[in-house]
Amino acid sequence: MLNPLRSEAEAFRFLIASIAYFGAIVIAQVIGGTWAGLGVFIALTAVVLGWWLRARRYERPRKTAPRPHAPGERRILVIANETVGGNTLRSAILERSRDAREEVLVVTPALNSPIRHWTSDEDRARADAQQRLEKSLAQLAAVGVEARGEVGDGDPLQAIEDALRTFGADEIIISTHPEGRSNWLERGVVEHARERFVVPITHVVVDLEAEERS
Amino acid sequence: MSAHAEAHHGPPIANHSSRVNASILGMLLFIASEIMLFGAFFTAYFFVRVVNGIPWPQPPFELPVFVAGVNTAILVTSSFTMHWALQSIKRGNRAGLQAGLLLTFLMGLVFLLTQAREYSRVGFAPHDGAFGTIFYCLTGLHGAHVFIGLSILLFMTIRAFRGHFSPENHHGVEIGGIYWHFVDVMWIVVYSTVYLL
Repeated sequence: MLNPLRSEAEAFRFLIASIAYFGAIVIAQVIGGTWAGLGVFIALTAVVLGWWLRARRYERPRKTAPRPHAPGERRILVIANETVGGNTLRSAILERSRDAREEVLVVTPALNSPIRHWTSDEDRARADAQQRLEKSLAQLAAVGVEARGEVGDGDPLQAIEDALRTFGADEIIISTHPEGRSNWLERGVVEHARERFVVPITHVVVDLEAEERS
Repeated sequence: MSAHAEAHHGPPIANHSSRVNASILGMLLFIASEIMLFGAFFTAYFFVRVVNGIPWPQPPFELPVFVAGVNTAILVTSSFTMHWALQSIKRGNRAGLQAGLLLTFLMGLVFLLTQAREYSRVGFAPHDGAFGTIFYCLTGLHGAHVFIGLSILLFMTIRAFRGHFSPENHHGVEIGGIYWHFVDVMWIVVYSTVYLL
């Protein structure tokens, strides 16, 4: 998010811009009268708003690195929601945890509707995510993978960032539905995650319908 | 091997997640509260001036535009010295930091004293109608912010002379600088709308 008061240098630039903005309005008003001043005010405000929206859209996210951890460990962070119980994901985790002292953290974002999110009504979303998580952890335990889990933020990118603050992952696995059925893929979650986090990211596609049929 | 999810009863677990970084969220909340505070006074100003159509300044009173203009120049210059102070300590120039902060503090003090003198000579009081009330409220509110900024600057200057800041550790100057520039921006808005437009 663009914030003109994020640092002293940005605040200083904001001050200079404010002087230019109000200076132009005052000069227009003095030279051309009230309507000229109003015209310059509207035009400048439109330009500033347009610039701000454009700059905000293209602002690069900050790269987030995980906390360091003990050598010899392999830490895998798994982000999955409805696909958390999929066989493909389970196989991917199993494959990576072979021949290593692995530690697996499974995070299921508590997906919620925008209205419920903004009204902080997330109990149901968290309970559902918890249910899926427990089922998945039990399945992982059945195939011998030691994993722990937690329910994360509804935004998968935020959930990853939160998890990385306390879990020094060597790899992140993002599990989604196939293209066309995945809301996360439509939103470019995997691409955004690769831009934002320095940890290697593996994208695993889980087709739950195909798994059920077979 | 065992697998477990954190079992939990009662209200949802406190979530450390936030969509906005905590320091940015703090600054945004601060800005939002300041905008609402100044916004309330500016709303009253525009209501008095535009909706009620009271002439501005209300005859027979005059606003000291020139003195306030000089005061504005002083305050804006103090932002430049503040910026210089921070850039100096980033480069390890302690003398530059000390001189920059001291100059900033002195210019802020001159601004505040000039405003106090302006109040004593302006010829109207807050109880002289809506015009006087709004004028004193807006400039007084800003003056209160300058006073807070001066207090912060005083501590920053004392710390600078006691050798507290370094090129690696100057967060205190950074935060104080942000506040000081914000106070300057608010004065640009107040001066433009109340004195010039």
